[in-house]
Amino acid sequence: MANDPASTRTAASRVRFLGAAKSGTADAWRMRITSIALLPLTIAFVWIVLSLVGKDYSAARAELGRPVPAILLLLFILSGVYHMKIGMQSIIDDYVHSPHLKDLSLIANLFFSVAVGLACIYAVLKLSFV
Amino acid sequence: MAEVELRPGSLESRRPLSPHLQIYRPTLTMMMSIAHRITGAALYVGTLLLAWFLIAASTDASAFATVAYFMNSLVGKLVLFAFTWALFHHFLGGIRHLIWDSGYGFAYPQREWLAQATLIGGGVLTAAVWIVAFLFH
Repeated sequence: MANDPASTRTAASRVRFLGAAKSGTADAWRMRITSIALLPLTIAFVWIVLSLVGKDYSAARAELGRPVPAILLLLFILSGVYHMKIGMQSIIDDYVHSPHLKDLSLIANLFFSVAVGLACIYAVLKLSFV
Repeated sequence: MAEVELRPGSLESRRPLSPHLQIYRPTLTMMMSIAHRITGAALYVGTLLLAWFLIAASTDASAFATVAYFMNSLVGKLVLFAFTWALFHHFLGGIRHLIWDSGYGFAYPQREWLAQATLIGGGVLTAAVWIVAFLFH
């Protein structure tokens, strides 16, 4: 059926509403996009953390308040929390079968990811502007 | 929509199930798939550490001293070491998945080679970062 060359069904119609989350392929695509973004950003993140090793409070603040490290950190945090939200969501979709527990887990996952992301962004912005 | 009831002996309960994980002989690619998920989940929790550090740095010297004390302690160093390894393992595992997404690396020698490179590369990068960190300290 799916491989029938005479079929008039589009490829998208075969995947829409399917999968463990019944939500099609949007998250799978976003997972790829965020993972591509995270390739250079993870290297930047490790570089920034290494530059903080051995620094005292004021030196660490000065380093984190510089524009390039701050912007790279913000990009890393944004793509990172989006990436991990989708990742944990697929773990929940795969392993949590009870409908109520599944919904609660998905909500908790969203709240945790947004809260951690916002906390990090708040701190980086405060380091840059205050 | 009506609820489907699963009764013993009903058609649904007699449907064959696909065999689960434990029935297969463990392979390296299978273990690496599991490790990718576990390191991803560990990094998820590890973001709390990053948030703690950034908030402390943006608050005041005493909050920074607390987080610095933890990260310099033996437990803190072990946690950070595990975080570093999880990050690099997941990073290289992600590259492996992107290679697969572009349609390459599924054949027998390539997929084994990719799995080994991910495993070894994660260890090497972790060691390299910690050596650099100790040299700077």
